[in-house]
Amino acid sequence: MSVLYLSAAVALLLTIVLGLGHVFRQPGRADSLLAALLFGSTGVALVLVLGQGLGLARALDIALVFALLAAVLGVAFVLRGWPDDDPKEDSKP
Amino acid sequence: MIALDVLTGVLLAAALFFFVSGTVGLLRFPDLYSRLHALTKADNVGLGFTVLALMLQAERGSEMFKLGLIWVLVLAASATVCFLIGNEAYRRGQKPWTSPPHDSRRRQEALPSALNAPSHVGGYDETKARRLT
Repeated sequence: MSVLYLSAAVALLLTIVLGLGHVFRQPGRADSLLAALLFGSTGVALVLVLGQGLGLARALDIALVFALLAAVLGVAFVLRGWPDDDPKEDSKP
Repeated sequence: MIALDVLTGVLLAAALFFFVSGTVGLLRFPDLYSRLHALTKADNVGLGFTVLALMLQAERGSEMFKLGLIWVLVLAASATVCFLIGNEAYRRGQKPWTSPPHDSRRRQEALPSALNAPSHVGGYDETKARRLT
């Protein structure tokens, strides 16, 4: 059973890495933040699945902290971290 | 027990599907608004399936409760963050992507003329954007 959890964790990790690849195409600040926000949802799922696979009871608390941090990150970005002279995001398909 | 394990596997597979579609949306969608939508909706459904799968394996009620709490927290957080980023981008005058003109022309030719929508429907409303600022 733990093989199932660990392979799911590897797949989730791969989707996060793919999403982070978005940053290397040098989008605007908001788009880079979107890649970071992947940790708010995909990262939480990764921690949960990994914790179940490895039998770590603390994983639930770690996931809870990740979720909280993602919320704070987004709000802080909009209030403080988004420079006014940031170029408009690209609209390329 | 076996039935529960199989159900867990199925739910995890469904979760992976939604996570992958969320990431593909983030990579492929044309503008910030649609990428925001892919990230904050598809991924939350995926997380919901993950939480359900792990709830089936939880031994204590408190674990189930905490898992549910995590999902609700992530839902609330990403809805808030999605609104804040989208609203701020709109306030800054970032135009939503609309389909290229040659596509819409082809679509209009295919339809009977009575069905043709006015071209401004669904488009970027300059006056509305200014009113929001």
